[in-house]
Amino acid sequence: MEASDDVGRCKSRVGNIMKKLRNSKLEIKAFKVRVADKEILKGLNLEIKPGEVHALMGPNGSGKSSLAFALAGHPNYRVTGGKIFLGKTDLTGLKPEEKAKAGLFLAFQYPVGLGGVSLFNFLKTAVRSQGEKAGASDLLLKLKSLSAKVGLKEDFLGRDLNFDFSGGEKKRAEVLQALVLKPKFAIFDEIDSGLDVDALRLIARQISFLAQEGTGVLVITHYQRILTHLVPNFVHVLVEGRLIKSGGPELAKQLEKSGYKNL
Amino acid sequence: MTKIALPSQTGYKWGFSDDFAYTFKTGKGLSSQVVKEISHRKNEPLWMRDFRLRALEIFKSKSLPKWGADLSGINFDEIYYYARPADQQYSRWDQVPQQIRRTYEKIGIPQAEREFLAGVKAQYDSEVIYGSLRRDLEKKGILFLGMDEALAKHPDIVKQYFGTLIPSMDNKFAALNSAVWSGGSFVYVPADVHVDLPLQAYFRINAKQVGQFERTLIIAEEGSYVHYVEGCTAPIYAADSLHAAVVEIIVKKGARVRYTTIQNWSKNVYNLVTKRAWVGEEGIMEWVDGNLGSKLTMKYPSVYLMGKGARGEVLSLAYADTGQHQDAGGKAIHGAPYTSSQIISKSISQGGGRTSYRGLLEINPGAFDSRAFVRCDALILDPKSQSDTYPTMKINEKRVNVGHEATVSKIGEEQLFYLRSRGLSEQEAKSLIINGFIEPIVKELPLEYAVELNRLIELEMTGAVG
Repeated sequence: MEASDDVGRCKSRVGNIMKKLRNSKLEIKAFKVRVADKEILKGLNLEIKPGEVHALMGPNGSGKSSLAFALAGHPNYRVTGGKIFLGKTDLTGLKPEEKAKAGLFLAFQYPVGLGGVSLFNFLKTAVRSQGEKAGASDLLLKLKSLSAKVGLKEDFLGRDLNFDFSGGEKKRAEVLQALVLKPKFAIFDEIDSGLDVDALRLIARQISFLAQEGTGVLVITHYQRILTHLVPNFVHVLVEGRLIKSGGPELAKQLEKSGYKNL
Repeated sequence: MTKIALPSQTGYKWGFSDDFAYTFKTGKGLSSQVVKEISHRKNEPLWMRDFRLRALEIFKSKSLPKWGADLSGINFDEIYYYARPADQQYSRWDQVPQQIRRTYEKIGIPQAEREFLAGVKAQYDSEVIYGSLRRDLEKKGILFLGMDEALAKHPDIVKQYFGTLIPSMDNKFAALNSAVWSGGSFVYVPADVHVDLPLQAYFRINAKQVGQFERTLIIAEEGSYVHYVEGCTAPIYAADSLHAAVVEIIVKKGARVRYTTIQNWSKNVYNLVTKRAWVGEEGIMEWVDGNLGSKLTMKYPSVYLMGKGARGEVLSLAYADTGQHQDAGGKAIHGAPYTSSQIISKSISQGGGRTSYRGLLEINPGAFDSRAFVRCDALILDPKSQSDTYPTMKINEKRVNVGHEATVSKIGEEQLFYLRSRGLSEQEAKSLIINGFIEPIVKELPLEYAVELNRLIELEMTGAVG
């Protein structure tokens, strides 16, 4: 029951967005993850409210991407303890597609290419699999306008998914996907790598808009730069599979200056 | 008749059969008596009867090819070589015996004919039982006849070309076809005539253990164009059937022929087909060869680029599921300068199925300034399945440009996960990956067939994975 009472007066598209996004807090409780025989996450707790932006930082190999993959249900990341909730839905142990349908989205650090399938056809399949009955022409119109917002030319919609895209184009396409799928909760894993300054600003702004519409956001990054455009409510530091420190935006600045060693 | 649904054929829609009183059927097995009987029933000229009998001797003298797939399961004595469903060819569907008509309606042929075809031939076991050609095309001098009909009406043209590209000596199954051939299409396109919509032939095996041996001959005169499409299905029986066709195509100067096959035999059919095109100066031959069905297919459509600047293309698509072996590919023989060829093969195997790419690229002395490109991609969906490639290259001319690429891939875990993370089920994700893989070939098909092919593959996938 995610639709709150005030939604009733508005049956428009906005109403639908609100319905989809309201009251979906992400809760990660005592989350433990193993890859092969190695424990990567060692009991992680995190709560991200709808519309909040959290940044996750930490040295290489601390488990940031593992957290992203494990949340999204990658089969190689075995959850050995803890729970994940999105709103009232228990996501723990669900298949990746079930998590997506529940409203979870992961923007990949390295988006995967698919020859012979256009970005448009892929998104059409994705949107439909998530239960939206968009007609192809309506969807195309919508995607054209969203492409402009992330700085992708329209012809990308007709090109093979992430196939001959540059690094930056792949990242823009990931954000485009988030915009059209309107998730309740979105993880952006190093969305800032490979983007130039202008692209970074544009992408950060779109992610902010997504948050303003109620999507909870977790941004995984090594750099403070993206956070000047996408101001986080909280910054967390992950070291060796544990959150060792949390703070406000100033924590990111401090880390950029003095690194993780002095924490 | 008992229909036996094999587990891997749950998705096969055309596995039904008609109980049907044939007007004539030879006895089981092959003999000169059977061959004479066929020729006699068809009222053929003597030369054809002799051609058949010589071919029979060749067939008997040749052993089964050992270089390719396993053919040991074929029992030539258990096959009926000729089964005639009706004594005439009809030109209106409402004249076609009801049971047969219903079968073609289920397959959707009359509807397709109304919507996007210029002409149709429907062969049921050994004989063409229905034929049509748009009036205006008939007036332009185009001939679209059953092969037997052509032999009766235009014996001179038939005699001039028949068996010239694929002589009976070529291989054991070409010899078999030459001995017992029946049905098939004869297409003649006069100079400079363009046939705007495809001509379609539809082949159906109905009776149990019946072999189908159609013979197709297409002659495209200078500057003409035609697109010929064939489709095939059969009922599912526990006993195996045999389909051994011969297709000869003459593409004269500046002409262009496209030949599209969607082969969807049931998985008890041995499909052993020889297809060859001769291409004259500046002519273009395109084979689009889709093999989804059959127990075993051995088929390598070939282009003989014999005129200056001739072009040939083979697009081969093979899909092998449980109990299937698709041994397919293409051959390009360059016999003149400035010729170009392209062979693109895409194969998918799953559920223990096997695909083999077998190809030949031959550039003969004097075929200078020629270009050739071969690409074969295999997609293997599970560890039980396999794929292999047997490319042969004979390059005997220096001034040529030859490219060859081959890839073998498995559906990647990362690809699947990426798609599933967007809400696609594992099934949907696999289908999307496969559709993307075969897209370069599918986009060459007329829209109606492209849709059908995608649907077929999805169906196969559902049957196997779901």
